[in-house]
Amino acid sequence: MDEKIPRRDAINYLLGAGLVALGGATLYPVIRYMIPPKASGSGTASVSAAKVGDLKPNEGLIFKFGDAPAILVLRPGGDPYTASDYVAMTAVCTHLNCTVQYRTDLKEIWCACHNGHFDLQGRVMSGPPPAPLDMYRVAIKGNEIFVTSEKA
Amino acid sequence: MVDKKKIYNWFDERVDLKNIEKFLEHKTVPYHKHSIWYYLGGMSLFLFVLQVLTGILLLLYYKPTAESAYESVQYIMTEVPFGWLVRSIHSYAANLFIGMVFVHMFSVFLMKAYRRPRELTWVSGAFLLFLAMGFGFSGYLLPWNQLAYLATNVGTNFATMVPFIGEWLLEFLRGGKEVTGATLTRFFGFHVAVLPGITTLLLAIHVLFVQRLGMSVPVSIERQIKQGKAKRLSIPFVPNYLYRDMLGWVLAMGVIVLLSSLFPWELGDKADILKPAPPHIRPEWFFVFMYQTLKYVPKVIGVFGFAIAGLIWILLPFFDKKSNRGEPNRLYTIIGVFVIAYIIILTIIGYVAPGE
Ligand code: HEM
Ligand code: FES
Repeated sequence: MDEKIPRRDAINYLLGAGLVALGGATLYPVIRYMIPPKASGSGTASVSAAKVGDLKPNEGLIFKFGDAPAILVLRPGGDPYTASDYVAMTAVCTHLNCTVQYRTDLKEIWCACHNGHFDLQGRVMSGPPPAPLDMYRVAIKGNEIFVTSEKA
Repeated sequence: MVDKKKIYNWFDERVDLKNIEKFLEHKTVPYHKHSIWYYLGGMSLFLFVLQVLTGILLLLYYKPTAESAYESVQYIMTEVPFGWLVRSIHSYAANLFIGMVFVHMFSVFLMKAYRRPRELTWVSGAFLLFLAMGFGFSGYLLPWNQLAYLATNVGTNFATMVPFIGEWLLEFLRGGKEVTGATLTRFFGFHVAVLPGITTLLLAIHVLFVQRLGMSVPVSIERQIKQGKAKRLSIPFVPNYLYRDMLGWVLAMGVIVLLSSLFPWELGDKADILKPAPPHIRPEWFFVFMYQTLKYVPKVIGVFGFAIAGLIWILLPFFDKKSNRGEPNRLYTIIGVFVIAYIIILTIIGYVAPGE
């Protein structure tokens, strides 16, 4: 079935292909434009979350980690001067992205949106969240409590 | 002395006024016991125009950045003369608009007005509903208050469920990985430029279809007419029908202004990323039936269920062979009633069910 394409058809094919290429060349930068570049300097995923003494044992505090909220908790009975007595993790619930909080009465991380419970290791205890909360590392330098993303 | 005749002739020569007059004289609307539902489309149109006008007024003072959005709306509410009225009308009418489009769609469905040859009118209408919901979703964030910030976090998060391009879509909507001022600026662009543009175009197409094809007469009435049990009645569009339309608009406007005066729209607290989510948050009412469903079924099933159900809903006219032949179709009526009942019941549960 090898039919000869008449000249006019061939020209139409060429023009059509050119149009498609032009469309692609226009669309590509537009689509790329729509996603902002990574903010410069966000490679240093470490922030000062609080000062020693801001938190009493069995207390939690939400702080800004980049553009997202994160949560710092001093374990019940913990020592404010010991880094390993703190835990830090993202405060963005893995279910639908609500901001979680520390429940002093339960000694758990709690998401009010759909009643999701997490332990202080970020593991899901109950409720709809499908995955654990990302944990961060805590270090104390002088008076400041620094939180660093594990991935960094 | 101005010669009216001369002016008329001057314009007639250029824009064919006589033809327009003839067209308006001959345009009629069917009249029967269900014709009250014909007013809903016109009412939706009126409310959209009201949104455009009040929206433009809001634009005189509104500032679309995380630093000043909340303050600018506060300024509109407390300092600008009648600012509270303009903003409250915009907010009440927005909700009424979406409600009206819902009722319009369901009345059209139950009267089988989508049947041949009006399938495309139906499809364009369904997309207009989606656009209206997009307006509501994007507009909700603009005051940059705490509830809106959280609702947008939750709402945009659903984008990640879309196969393959989920992550891209999320970043496209949020203008980054998280909901920030970049999201606000983007939503502002959608809300005041992209959506109004697309909606105006689609509305024109929708109305053009309605004009080309005329109003559909329900199957039951059509049969009665054929059997000689009823007469084919109609009333002139200008001025009889238009006056009734406008009476409805004035009434709606009255209700909106009354509500705005008695209960000016709330602003809430400024968005604060350091505050945890309060219990029982829920989206705007027209998303609640979907949101509530997701509490009973796994997220994936729910999201894809609604996507597929929405698609089927748009395509239903193409499968309704019976209505196309002018026969009553009980099954489709039952489907319509079921969908309406589902939406109403789940919305109510979403509001009254005790939280955990
Ligand atoms: C169907 C059409 C529309 C709907 C459903 C809609 C909906 C909304 C909603 C729900 C809000 C938030 C109200 C609040 O809580 O303050 C809002 C705000 C706003 N809208 Fe619209 N809108 C529509 C059309 C427009 C248009 C056409 C414009 C402008 C051209 C506009 C401009 C604005 C502005 C500047 C705000 C922020 C001020 C404020 O929050 O009070 N809207 N809109
Ligand atoms: S968003 Fe946290 S439980 Fe649903």
